[in-house]
Amino acid sequence: MCLVLSNQKSNMKLYCLSGHPTLPCNVLKFKSTTIMLDCGLDMTSTLNFLPLPLVQSPRLSNLPGWSLKDGNAFLDKELKECSGHVFVDSVPEFCLPETELIDLSTVDVILISNYHCMMALPYITEHTGFTGTVYATEPTVQIGRLLMEELVNFIERVPKAQSASLWKNKDIQRLLPSPLKDAVEVSTWRRCYTMQEVNSALSKIQLVGYSQKIELFGAVQVTPLSSGYALGSSNWIIQSHYEKVSYVSGSSLLTTHPQPMDQASLKNSDVLVLTGLTQIPTANPDGMVGEFCSNLALTVRNGGNVLVPCYPSGVIYDLLECLYQYIDSAGLSNIPFYFISPVANSSLEFSQIFAEWLCHNKQTKVYLPEPPFPHAELIQTNKLKHYPSLHGDFSSDFRQPCVVFTGHPSLRFGDVVHFMELWGKSSLNTVIFTEPDFSYLEALAPYQPLAMKCIYCPIDTRLNFIQVSKLLKEVQPLHVVCPEQYTQPPPAQSHRMDLMIDCQPPAMSYRRAEVLALPFKRRYEKIEIMPEPPPRPTQPTGGKKRKRASDDIPDCKVLKPLLSGSIPVEQFVQALEKHGFSDIKVEDTAKGHIVLLQEAETLIQIEEDSTHIICDNDEMLRVRLRDLVLKFLQKF
Amino acid sequence: MPEIRVTPLGAGQDVGRSCILVSIGGKNVMLDCGMHMGFNDDRRFPDFSYITRNGRLTDFLDCVIISHFHLDHCGALPYFSEMVGYDGPIYMTHPTQAICPILLEDYRKIAVDKKGEANFFTSQMIKDCMKKVVAVHLHQTVQVDDELEIKAYYAGHVLGAAMFQIKVGSESVVYTGDYNMTPDRHLGAAWIDKCRPNLLITESTYATTIRDSKRCRERDFLKKVHEAVERGGKVLIPVFALGRAQELCILLETFWERMNLKAPIYFSTGLTEKANHYYKLFITWTNQKIRKTFVQRNMFEFKHIKAFDRAFADNPGPMVVFATPGMLHAGQSLQIFRKWAGNEKNMVIMPGYCVQGTVGHKILSGQRKLEMEGRQVLEVKMQVEYMSFSAHADAKGIMQLVGQAEPESVLLVHGEAKKMEFLKQKIEQEFRVSCYMPANGETVTLPTSPSIPVGISLGLLKREMAQGLLPDAKKPRLLHGTLIMKDSNFRLVSSEQALKELGLAEHQLRFTCRVHLHDPRKEQETAMRVYSHLKSVLKEHCVQHLPDGSVTVESILIQAAAHSEDPGTKVLLVSWTYQDEELGSHLTSLLKKGLPQAAS
Repeated sequence: MCLVLSNQKSNMKLYCLSGHPTLPCNVLKFKSTTIMLDCGLDMTSTLNFLPLPLVQSPRLSNLPGWSLKDGNAFLDKELKECSGHVFVDSVPEFCLPETELIDLSTVDVILISNYHCMMALPYITEHTGFTGTVYATEPTVQIGRLLMEELVNFIERVPKAQSASLWKNKDIQRLLPSPLKDAVEVSTWRRCYTMQEVNSALSKIQLVGYSQKIELFGAVQVTPLSSGYALGSSNWIIQSHYEKVSYVSGSSLLTTHPQPMDQASLKNSDVLVLTGLTQIPTANPDGMVGEFCSNLALTVRNGGNVLVPCYPSGVIYDLLECLYQYIDSAGLSNIPFYFISPVANSSLEFSQIFAEWLCHNKQTKVYLPEPPFPHAELIQTNKLKHYPSLHGDFSSDFRQPCVVFTGHPSLRFGDVVHFMELWGKSSLNTVIFTEPDFSYLEALAPYQPLAMKCIYCPIDTRLNFIQVSKLLKEVQPLHVVCPEQYTQPPPAQSHRMDLMIDCQPPAMSYRRAEVLALPFKRRYEKIEIMPEPPPRPTQPTGGKKRKRASDDIPDCKVLKPLLSGSIPVEQFVQALEKHGFSDIKVEDTAKGHIVLLQEAETLIQIEEDSTHIICDNDEMLRVRLRDLVLKFLQKF
Repeated sequence: MPEIRVTPLGAGQDVGRSCILVSIGGKNVMLDCGMHMGFNDDRRFPDFSYITRNGRLTDFLDCVIISHFHLDHCGALPYFSEMVGYDGPIYMTHPTQAICPILLEDYRKIAVDKKGEANFFTSQMIKDCMKKVVAVHLHQTVQVDDELEIKAYYAGHVLGAAMFQIKVGSESVVYTGDYNMTPDRHLGAAWIDKCRPNLLITESTYATTIRDSKRCRERDFLKKVHEAVERGGKVLIPVFALGRAQELCILLETFWERMNLKAPIYFSTGLTEKANHYYKLFITWTNQKIRKTFVQRNMFEFKHIKAFDRAFADNPGPMVVFATPGMLHAGQSLQIFRKWAGNEKNMVIMPGYCVQGTVGHKILSGQRKLEMEGRQVLEVKMQVEYMSFSAHADAKGIMQLVGQAEPESVLLVHGEAKKMEFLKQKIEQEFRVSCYMPANGETVTLPTSPSIPVGISLGLLKREMAQGLLPDAKKPRLLHGTLIMKDSNFRLVSSEQALKELGLAEHQLRFTCRVHLHDPRKEQETAMRVYSHLKSVLKEHCVQHLPDGSVTVESILIQAAAHSEDPGTKVLLVSWTYQDEELGSHLTSLLKKGLPQAAS
């Protein structure tokens, strides 16, 4: 029996800790539990920093320092200028979720929706006094670990002595050119975590499966559902017996490698929190893949190299699968494909063992038993080779022209920096951007001037606005809550009214550091009833036992039922006669009748919805009449 | 009274053809659908005519659950679904779904191609049967229909083995299938949460055994194999293609590596490579160590173990051969056994349980002269060793699982009656729960007292709380409300709300009683006296004297009026509604007794 009643309206709140719509971090206060939804890390902040070259780059190390208009050069150690842009020359830093809005040590659980949305986890679990549990699916944890490992490795293997902080001073930042001047929350920017912190954070995760019902303190149940976006990616249902919140984050309706999205379970939500929509609503992922392949083939045929900045897991599996089908027909069978990442091998191996999290086609292959992804065959036939870094074996195997998949998509760290420096000067080469997280023009800025071709083929399989509108029609939540970016057209396409969420009632929007009170109309609570009433207890009132005297004050706490119905006068009179009353007289009134029992000096007023018995103080008589009247009425 | 009924069609006081019918909350579920290795006639399959003689099975069963891929748990499935006829859902885990059809095909081949049986299920039937399978994830709550839900837990034992919780409303049953409570070289240990089922149906293969440490057993095994090979003997290890085979392969592989041994190790069937491939692809189902290191080194890629060819059996010199099936009842293991049995240098190691009637069982029980087909007598001179490597829980493990799940009662299957008896006593003593061990066809009925969850309207709940009594989650209490049942949805609301929802008007029943009082004073003074009297008597009620001269006790109205004929008498009109019946009636009798004499 669950009878937790508290001030129910005010405690359903959403604390919004991230301003990035695809890297969310929200805290939901729901029925006296505090639940963090995702833990995204905004890495776009790194675009303000100079790239970390693996190999000493004379170009980057000789960039001029930046000085104020008046010639004051006190920042020239921290800020460097490159083709008209100013960059911070320091270890790159990330923009953390808000940590001051709510005491994060009170968070009971963290629910992770996919491996891209957990990158801030070590900051939260290791430095805020967090003592709760993190829930995520097994692929999310394993691949999330790979992403973190890669990130830490990229940053740590290029030790940089300098850490710039002067420029962050508010008074100084005001004087800087854009975009540094407009960079937000710079005081919260932090350096990357260590592997030790990653391991400690990941040890707090409890693995869950789709449609598993997880009870939190008996009051709330949370359930992950397949979201169709990535291996193990989930949406979450957070519900009590009579309230339901759906948290939709990074979902896809396209058929790629993951299990399809579970939409049906999102129905009947009071509130649906919608985050992680496509970042490129105007691009069709299928078309982009086609363009990717043809540009790649064109470059290679002309003797150039192709560089694909990417994450070590996710879309790369789909790209490799497309290339697997494409290379023979395009005459590329002799072109080597290189995948360079400290976690390349692990990522390729892990992708093959999550059969249960894959789409039906791939599952069926495992039953044969064959590896679900064809990149196993690409590796076997030596068409695809993977290396932990460009040092070591790679340098001896390396043949050109070739295709290189490597990170990081921000072009600020990782092996990709070296390839940009190496291939940037030749117009034969091409860099193809497929990851949508970073603006490619900003990513390229520190490499300008650049001779190599740049192709932008962003592949973002997450929901677009047409799909969202369909989804909302299908699952019909009472209220939609989303980041403010989704309630207006994108700034660059302000005329496109179709590129925003359109629903009734209008979506409630949030921005970083805001607190929303969620609109719940709670009307029921769960209890259990017993098949038979318990023996009537002798109720001690006020904690004192009283003896049960005959003239004791009756226990008025037992309510009499309400009555309903009406009394048909004729039948009532007949019943009276049957019970031995005589001398009955009936008078009509404006609203009903009066029945007079003259002998007993008793009067009964009967109207449509009321009966009034007026008699002398003869309890026996009154009770007889009462019971007669009750026979004609229904009790509630 | 609601009840849970359990009837084993197989595995009741027996090992083999596991098949248990459970009726719970009006739903019928069949747990496992196995074959019996000890029989070649009708008795090898469960008797499905028990479910229905002429109706369709689909109408009588809500679902079928298969716990793991061993044939004594799934061997009758194509017969059941395609030949008897069942079209409902069949639930099993992904690895079981992958491997099950291969073993069924293997079984079919031996039965039809080797033994020439007619009227056996066909390859197509296996395929059609597997189309009815719905794969489940561990811990996923699968909604079979609106009321019936099932959930799988990790069981160890073999790749993909699962225990299942079957739940309808607040009633639940857990079926373990076969499980192992200690992790081994390739699998983890079974685990279940404190789910407190009404009934735990557990296997009891090793009901009386407390096994010594696994390390000792392994050392012993390696020593015996090593000695036999050193003296030039041939070692036969009958196994099933998947399961213990991988465990022992890992063991021998590492031993050969460490000791730098050269004698060849063979694995008999074509299944090996395929089997190992399954283990690689379903590596998430293996134990933590293997999962952690698989990127660097996959434990299922063996260097020393090679595929066996029938001709190798006659090769001179020592060798170790893993051959299927595990109970020496047919196939290659039996062929090799016949070849090698006559030489005392050779050895056969039985690493698992053998069902009665099999050659394995006979030699383990000490028989040394075996009657084979065609009245041939085979004399067994080779060394016969038994080593319990089957991944079943031992008595300690079973007790441990009962402790974990905290069931209200326990039911034993998949074991021998005598051993069950012992375990039953132990469970009843230690956990103070009743324990059953029905034979095949015998029904156990357990009454249950289901809880009835209802939604209570907040208004009603708040009214209850306004009375000052805070709800206590553990104690029942009485409260008045109206229960509305709609589409199997129960709601408890206040009577007012119920009337409103049903569109009914309230009918007010009111009483007014005339109480005659002897009091010559003015009406106002009488009223005042009534007020002070009631105020002093009814301390726990709200008594008020209103400006218009009337007195109220809670919502009961008392007015004093002059008597039309007798000026020395006043009439008190006491008026109340039916809802205040008790108090109203109490007041009239109180007033009837008169007022105390005024002090003045």
